[in-house]
Amino acid sequence: MTKITDSPTRFAVPRLTYRVWNVWRRNLDVFMKTIRVNFFPSLIEPILYLLALGLGLGGFVQPIEGMPYVNFIAPALVAISIMYGSFFECTYASFVRMYFQKTFDAIIATPVSVEEVIAGELVWGATRAAINSTTVLAVIAAFGLVSSPLFLLVPLLAFLGGLLFSSIAMCFTAIAPNIDFFNYPAFLFVTPMFLLSGTFFPLSTLPSFVQTAAQVFLPLTHVVNLSRGLILGNVEASMLLGLVWIMAATFVFFVLSINLMKKRLIR
Amino acid sequence: MMGEHKKTVVAVAGLLWSIAAVFKQPRAVISEGRGMFSSEVLIKARGLTKKFGNFTAVNRIDFEVNKGECVGFLGPNGAGKTTTVRMIYCFLPLTEGELAVGGMSVTAQAREIKRIIGVAPQEDNLDPDFTVVKNLLVYARYFDIQKAEAEKRAVELLRFFQLEEKRDVVISELSTGMKRRLILARALINEPQILLLDEPTTGLDPQARRTVWEGVRALRRRGVTIILTTHYMDEAASLCDRLLIMDNSRIIEQGAPVELVKRHVGEDVLEMDNDENLLRALKKEFPSARFEVFGDRVHVFTDQPHGVFENFLAKFPSKNVTIRNANLEDVFLKLTGKGLRD
Repeated sequence: MTKITDSPTRFAVPRLTYRVWNVWRRNLDVFMKTIRVNFFPSLIEPILYLLALGLGLGGFVQPIEGMPYVNFIAPALVAISIMYGSFFECTYASFVRMYFQKTFDAIIATPVSVEEVIAGELVWGATRAAINSTTVLAVIAAFGLVSSPLFLLVPLLAFLGGLLFSSIAMCFTAIAPNIDFFNYPAFLFVTPMFLLSGTFFPLSTLPSFVQTAAQVFLPLTHVVNLSRGLILGNVEASMLLGLVWIMAATFVFFVLSINLMKKRLIR
Repeated sequence: MMGEHKKTVVAVAGLLWSIAAVFKQPRAVISEGRGMFSSEVLIKARGLTKKFGNFTAVNRIDFEVNKGECVGFLGPNGAGKTTTVRMIYCFLPLTEGELAVGGMSVTAQAREIKRIIGVAPQEDNLDPDFTVVKNLLVYARYFDIQKAEAEKRAVELLRFFQLEEKRDVVISELSTGMKRRLILARALINEPQILLLDEPTTGLDPQARRTVWEGVRALRRRGVTIILTTHYMDEAASLCDRLLIMDNSRIIEQGAPVELVKRHVGEDVLEMDNDENLLRALKKEFPSARFEVFGDRVHVFTDQPHGVFENFLAKFPSKNVTIRNANLEDVFLKLTGKGLRD
């Protein structure tokens, strides 16, 4: 009797082809169809933040690093939109496609492989991050809060950061027994990042061990730093380290999430 | 009356025309005709085994499917039919054994195999985010079919499955039968050599079932190799050239439907109330007959030719007795037992 020795769920760096884009295109088609409900809310949100926190709360806050509070938080809002766009796409939305709609099962019956389906989802999550953050960027630019031509690189940062958050999100999706499970990463991972990644106040005001923890465990910290550097034009050498951190983590979680999903989907 | 008749003719002609248009099968296959399969083996399984943890869903089965054949996997729930089909389209990896499709190994050449297979799964996995036609177009893209070609095929398939009017309707507004037909249409978008139908008519009303059957027959005439799973006897008997009966993860019997009936249950079946006197007389008259009790009815099977029960009844007239042709259901119940399955 032939024993199958080469397990199809063996951990491996996925081999991907152009078919990843066929999966990506499916999600883009759905997005374009529903662009009105997808687009306008994401336009309103940053305006509200700018009004409430930047102008409202900002009136009581002394200038940070020599700039008005609203200028300080504007690049953070861009970074937050990168995180939200990709994280929620690859948790709730991917889970719905996988679990309720059986969309992945349908695609896997075609020449597209499991790995390519997941990679397509991840790249789409990154694309959502780029779309969302570009919208926010346009809003803060309209408020006159962009001060460097380097802002043109923000969509690239968004795509890279988005790919990281998508990959982390997909790891949770791979182990989620049901959709309510996402409350855990949403409250225990995303919310802490939202508040503690140097978004609404400089990290330096926190105890040093919290600073270190934020830099090691909260990817948003690096994304916020880079976003601020590009939008305000004060790029520092230390930011390169953040970029390397993001790229390394993206590779690790990209490979990990695809392998975890393979384990879940191939039985 | 005349108008009605004319309409039917037009509809039938239209259907035939569209059937002709749908598949550009190689001429050789078409001229082969029904019942004359080329001896080319398209699917070959040896010692095929699938385990989920400690549970063995498919246990060392061997089978072959020839080009142009319509083969049915028949069996109670949990027999291993769906698992087998899922291994054929490379959805489930094998635990042990060998499985070749079109001469290619499912473990090594999954992508090439999936290119020549069309799959209509049991559950509805149509894309609810799209309309009917968009479902076909998006699916075509996964097969790298060019847009213009995909649109042409989509139009033909929608016509073939009588879904033209629903072209721009979202999936949630379709009836179960329409969804089923769309799943079939989707399975054909890549013009597959092999079509896998996993319980194609479960949950459909009789009209919708017939429509699906007509489609399957038309495809069979075009030379498409079809594998289907079912637990409907009428479906198995009327669609399949050959049946593989599965139970408890194994193939326990195979053959043409008529042949199986003849082999296992003979020609006639006598059904009667569980009446001891009558039963005693029957047992005396037909010592080799098989008696099966189903609730308060007894089924009597004999391998003797037509007419033997009539002679008996002439001698022992009794009420509530029916004589009928033996059928596949008798075979099925004989082979797989009467216990309930889940």
